[in-house]
Amino acid sequence: MSVNRAQRVDLEVVAGLIPPLSRVLDVGSGDGLLLELLQETKQVDGRGLELSQRGVNECVARGLSVIQGDADTDLEFYPDKGFDFVVLSQTLQATRNPKLVLDELLRIGNRAIVSFPNFGHWRVRLSLFFKGRMPVTEDLPYSWYDTPNIHFCTIRDFVNLVEELGASVEKATALDGNGQKIGLSMPWWFWNFFGQQAVFLLKR
Amino acid sequence: MTALRAAKTNNEADNPSSPVLRFGADKPLKLDAGTLLSPFQIAYQTYGTLNDARSNAILVCHALTGDQHVASTNPVTGKPGWWEVLIGPGRIIDTNRFFVICSNVIGGCLGSTGPASTNPATGKPYGLDLPIITIRDMVRAQLMLVDHFGIEKLFCVLGGSMGGMQVLEWASCYSERVFSALPIATGARHSSQNIAFHEVGRQAVMADPDWHGGKYFEHGKRPEKGLAVARMAAHITYLSEAALHRKFGRNLQDREALTFGFDADFQIESYLRHQGMTFVDRFDANSYLYMTRSMDYFDLAADHGGRLADAFAGTKTRFCLVSFTSDWLFPTEESRSIVHALNAAGASVSFVEIDTDRGHDAFLLDEPELFAAINGFIGSAARARGLSA
Repeated sequence: MSVNRAQRVDLEVVAGLIPPLSRVLDVGSGDGLLLELLQETKQVDGRGLELSQRGVNECVARGLSVIQGDADTDLEFYPDKGFDFVVLSQTLQATRNPKLVLDELLRIGNRAIVSFPNFGHWRVRLSLFFKGRMPVTEDLPYSWYDTPNIHFCTIRDFVNLVEELGASVEKATALDGNGQKIGLSMPWWFWNFFGQQAVFLLKR
Repeated sequence: MTALRAAKTNNEADNPSSPVLRFGADKPLKLDAGTLLSPFQIAYQTYGTLNDARSNAILVCHALTGDQHVASTNPVTGKPGWWEVLIGPGRIIDTNRFFVICSNVIGGCLGSTGPASTNPATGKPYGLDLPIITIRDMVRAQLMLVDHFGIEKLFCVLGGSMGGMQVLEWASCYSERVFSALPIATGARHSSQNIAFHEVGRQAVMADPDWHGGKYFEHGKRPEKGLAVARMAAHITYLSEAALHRKFGRNLQDREALTFGFDADFQIESYLRHQGMTFVDRFDANSYLYMTRSMDYFDLAADHGGRLADAFAGTKTRFCLVSFTSDWLFPTEESRSIVHALNAAGASVSFVEIDTDRGHDAFLLDEPELFAAINGFIGSAARARGLSA
């Protein structure tokens, strides 16, 4: 799988939130890039849960501890606070029940790290506003009818959900279209408009 | 030829052509049946060299009709070891690097104490006087063998099917002695359907007049027909419908047309008959009864108050489970329920399902994806254990 720059930056931002030797569960671990990065640079005790059997088999062949499973149905089998960090990278929008999934992440991990594409980004708004079409961009390359991303949200939507679940935002990072971090001093509306990707560190 | 081989099998029971460890009255084997087995013996094979730290030992657990000859020529059949595709010098499980141990299970018929072994109390073969043997009994005996080698912690315990049950039992009962565990194509319990197939096999053996209530050796007989039928029925469960059809279809055996009789018209019939007949040359009928019973009795969750996760509570063992899409004896769901239990126990677990139409027996075959998974798992476990490449 080729990794575009935004994904790479996303991985690095997520990895930057995790201290060495942590116990980490990566939900939607894909081809294992994040787990590998974390094992090499942070010596974490990393586990993965991945929907695609092919992705899982490749991960295991590379020595990663990954199982096949579905974030929507299989998180219930993990014990409370079994991990220091539970990561959901670029997967929330593809789950059937994002609220339940987020609730589970907060239950399983002492902290949850969630990254997702921001549907409030100005390009998305522009596409809807001027073209009247669902946006198809480099980061969101699917048409509305074949996209796995069935539950888009904006940064503001997400923050509301976090509050509803009784969790708090310990850290948040938005990345603009060039993968640059947006300054912390900026207000939420600014993030929501210019942030193409968002990464949240949550605790409950 | 058959008679010669039969005699050879019988001889292997007491005086195997592999190393054997004998335990006297001072070291009985405690059985789940509530009795002690003593004296008893374990026949085994080893490959490679145990390192100074005794940290490179891999225990291979064999399946229902397997034996200790995992990576060397079988003395009864003259065929290569049953897992030579996986284990040997330069293989995935490299015997230049690891010390591989494989023992005949208790209840077996190739040198570990089983129903064909001589009962010291009578001077005759045990037959059905041997207490029922469980998977846990087999593992208890293996532990005594591992202790004999002075191995504190096995680097890995692996096996498929009934071997996988032993792996799970090891990981549950002696988790501190197991660094990594690789149960393949197995389950934490035997399903009703699996028990049903075993019962058919046992009834076939016992319906054979040559069985003589299990005392066939004393009558100079062996229930070959019954055991062959048992093997034929079981063999079907090891394959998949798709693979059977691909291999045999409705092809006729050495003939142009149906014969309108009960001869083996179809290739599949001929194939199964052959499987049955070659099996009786190498296996003891009573041992088949005991082996199938041990699997039927296996229910790891039941041993832990019905909660499978409790079987693995606090485990530090690294797990990798493997299932095959076309295995209907131990379908993927069986492995998945173990994975969920391990998740609940907070264990480190990998789980691979391999897409193949070769059915349950796929674990014994050259399956590149299986080997890639084992290679990746063993490799990372070896790094974690500090074993040099």
